Amino acid sequence: MGKINVQDKDIVVPGEALAEGMDYLPSGGAFRDKENIYASRVGIVSINGRVIKLVPLNLRYMPRRGDRVIGQVSDVGPNAWYVEIGFYKEAAITLAEGSSEYIPKGADLTQYYAPGDYIIASVSSVSKNNSINLSLKGPGLRKLSEGRILTVNPAKVPRIIGKEASMISLIKNMTDCRVMVGQNGLIWVSGMDPEKERIAVEAIEIIDKRAHISGLTDEIKNFLEKGLGGKSGVLKKD
Amino acid sequence: MAYSKRISGRKFDELREIKAEVGVIPRADGSARFQIGKTIALAAVYGPKALFPKFLQKSDTGTLRCYYNMMSFSGSGERVRPGPSRRSKEISYITQNALLPVLDLKEYPSAVVEIYVELLQTDAGTRCAGITAAAMALADAGFPMRDLVSAISVGFVEGKLLVDIDNEEEHYEKGNTDIPIAMMPRTGEITLLQMDGFASKEELKEALKAAKAACMQINKAQIEALKARYKK
Repeated sequence: MGKINVQDKDIVVPGEALAEGMDYLPSGGAFRDKENIYASRVGIVSINGRVIKLVPLNLRYMPRRGDRVIGQVSDVGPNAWYVEIGFYKEAAITLAEGSSEYIPKGADLTQYYAPGDYIIASVSSVSKNNSINLSLKGPGLRKLSEGRILTVNPAKVPRIIGKEASMISLIKNMTDCRVMVGQNGLIWVSGMDPEKERIAVEAIEIIDKRAHISGLTDEIKNFLEKGLGGKSGVLKKD
Repeated sequence: MAYSKRISGRKFDELREIKAEVGVIPRADGSARFQIGKTIALAAVYGPKALFPKFLQKSDTGTLRCYYNMMSFSGSGERVRPGPSRRSKEISYITQNALLPVLDLKEYPSAVVEIYVELLQTDAGTRCAGITAAAMALADAGFPMRDLVSAISVGFVEGKLLVDIDNEEEHYEKGNTDIPIAMMPRTGEITLLQMDGFASKEELKEALKAAKAACMQINKAQIEALKARYKK
């Protein structure tokens, strides 16, 4: 029987031995070298049966097909828009994927999205050499004309959303804000009450800083209750 | 007279005091500070980002670029002339080669990852401190790595093996041999081996053995620093 050197939720660094023997299998963030399994990045150990993987603590964004991302339009070409999404290559939105409405031939594309605009889009394709295509066709995909944009590390995105969106719905419900999280770490927050919006932003910043700590949902709940001082939306109505 | 006692009063295999920290530059993707004795190295990692001019891009993999620089006020009294020099270009190049074996940039074709190593204060062993800091900064940035890289300089003064040579020993009047070594602590693979001076085959073997033990100590400090960022 193989030996395991770490426990669930331990923080490990590259090169650290996680397990010995062939009984365990390496998954994301871990690799096998001869008999043993080693960590390949800074992350939190997650053991699931025989599979050992790492939940990364810091990440460069890597686009995957189907990701919902927030980006800023950086350039407009004759047939496409180019969007900065926190990746080393700009993503392109072709004319056909730009809008669900019909775009007439020869139209001024800046009328739809101009440089500097933020948009929420989905990744429609990632090519072998990392060329990215985005699409704005789909429910909820659009230009973001109000609200504000925050940037967090993409590794923290699952934590901000929470299990079955528990964290994000907590923030949305208590602050009456609309929040959208892009997989690339850009977050859009918009609320009617600027004070509540500020508290929602602060809550997200806390999660970004303390994402590796367990019991964070309760901490955020306490923070929101304290900050809102009984002014919270849904909880008070109950 | 034989060299029976080190000028600094250290034991022959004793390292200078080590201080390591990561996440010191908030705007960088990854950063680290590594201090060994009076030598202080700061490393910052940026990228991956688009590589220009375009002809330098590699279509199947990313590129690593390192910049080594000594601050103009970093030396012992004498002003270091700013800008690239023959020496700093060489050290930038060997830093890059010392780190490449642990990195896999295949995920980022035609991109570049840049590492800036700045020496705030120098007391010999700067290339080793720089490589050690750069490895920590890369891990901090979240790049997948096969291992960390730890580096130390060992050498001989009057035939005596010294670990972690400082500036006074490097400029010992009767000559010295200086051997900077970088290795992957997990596998023991050597990624940097230079030598300034003379050593016999047996001496070199002895030096490598001592360097390996020292690298293990440095690796311990690196691991602690990387983990400390997420404690509390």
